[in-house]
Amino acid sequence: MATVAAVIASTHHPFYYRASTAAGADRPPFADEWVAKIEAFRETLTRARPDLLVMVGSDHFHQLWLDNMPQFLVGKAPFYDANFYNEEREFGLPRMRLTGHEELSAYLLRQGLDAGFDLAFSNELRVDHSITCPLVTLRPQADLPIVPVYTNIFAPPLPQPKRFVQLGRTIRQLVEAWPGDQRVAIIGTGHLSLELGGPRQFGPHGPDPAFDRKAVEWIASGDLDAALAQVSLDSLWEPGNATHGFMDFMLMMGVAGDNVKADYADSLDLFHTMEAYFTWHPEGKP
Amino acid sequence: MSKYLLNKFLYTIDRDPGLVERYRADPRGTVAWWEAERANVILNCTGQERSTWLTFTDTEREALASHDYVKLFELGAHCFLTLTLFIALFERDYAEPLGFQREYATRLGHFSLPYPDIST
Repeated sequence: MATVAAVIASTHHPFYYRASTAAGADRPPFADEWVAKIEAFRETLTRARPDLLVMVGSDHFHQLWLDNMPQFLVGKAPFYDANFYNEEREFGLPRMRLTGHEELSAYLLRQGLDAGFDLAFSNELRVDHSITCPLVTLRPQADLPIVPVYTNIFAPPLPQPKRFVQLGRTIRQLVEAWPGDQRVAIIGTGHLSLELGGPRQFGPHGPDPAFDRKAVEWIASGDLDAALAQVSLDSLWEPGNATHGFMDFMLMMGVAGDNVKADYADSLDLFHTMEAYFTWHPEGKP
Repeated sequence: MSKYLLNKFLYTIDRDPGLVERYRADPRGTVAWWEAERANVILNCTGQERSTWLTFTDTEREALASHDYVKLFELGAHCFLTLTLFIALFERDYAEPLGFQREYATRLGHFSLPYPDIST
């Protein structure tokens, strides 16, 4: 059976690429510390020696649109072109082409449907910065095949938080039951408190540092009971109007397992939002 | 009220570099053209198979035609779509990094929770 080589949950910050590659006067004062933290985080994936990556993210109104909006979607394609014009324009992100792993995609779709998730699929998916940011940070050579899994954290009505957790648990079970000897890393990115297009955006910190501290503790300790008890679709508006992206962290807590402590946890308080990085190594420290 | 159509305008302008510049230079004309020619185009259908029922209210049309992102927020346009497009339109006019984004936040400062509903 396949091995879950690493479970990784991270924020995805589209400004990292530009900040980390900028030089001279253009380089922001926080860039060096940010790069050091990212390079340490990257080591946690490198040491796990993955063969392929399941990558959980969310389309930001790029290919997926309100005339036909899936709640959970699995890509099944031999390749995924990546990043969009407006991401080049605003964040300076490069265009990329990623290789897909169709066999694992087909397996997750079939088995996921049979496990009670009516997953949508896409045979031609251009992925956006929710997938490419963690590649830039964790695997910049982007040399491993991927299976993208998209969630709707963006366009109400959204699935309930518990559904994200359940999907995470199911992905973990399915990957572990996948015939073969591949080493699979499951990587998902979301947000802590975040405000986009509202009065609390682009402040000196994230819009709700108290929520961020609590959320980091839930994730680091695997405390799904507390997270599920205190988070609802309504409550997530309060820390910031884009905080529903936290449900992708909850999905990854489902992947990692109830009350399983992260083997690696780090964070960085930046303007606009807090960065947070977590890795679990199910086989023990590599 | 058609939050969906407001979002469709923001979305289809934002993804097209030519339309971003056209909307910056001539917002009123672009909105009129778009409502006449594009509002009823179904994005994944051919040109013949259009919708027949999508129009802006006067308030929505005026908000778009006057680049009024505060009004768009009040009307429940999707906050991410509005922000992304308006950064493309106006960030270039500010010398300070994030100057436009911070002014945007300040101009929305009179809103408190719960914000206008963005559900469509």
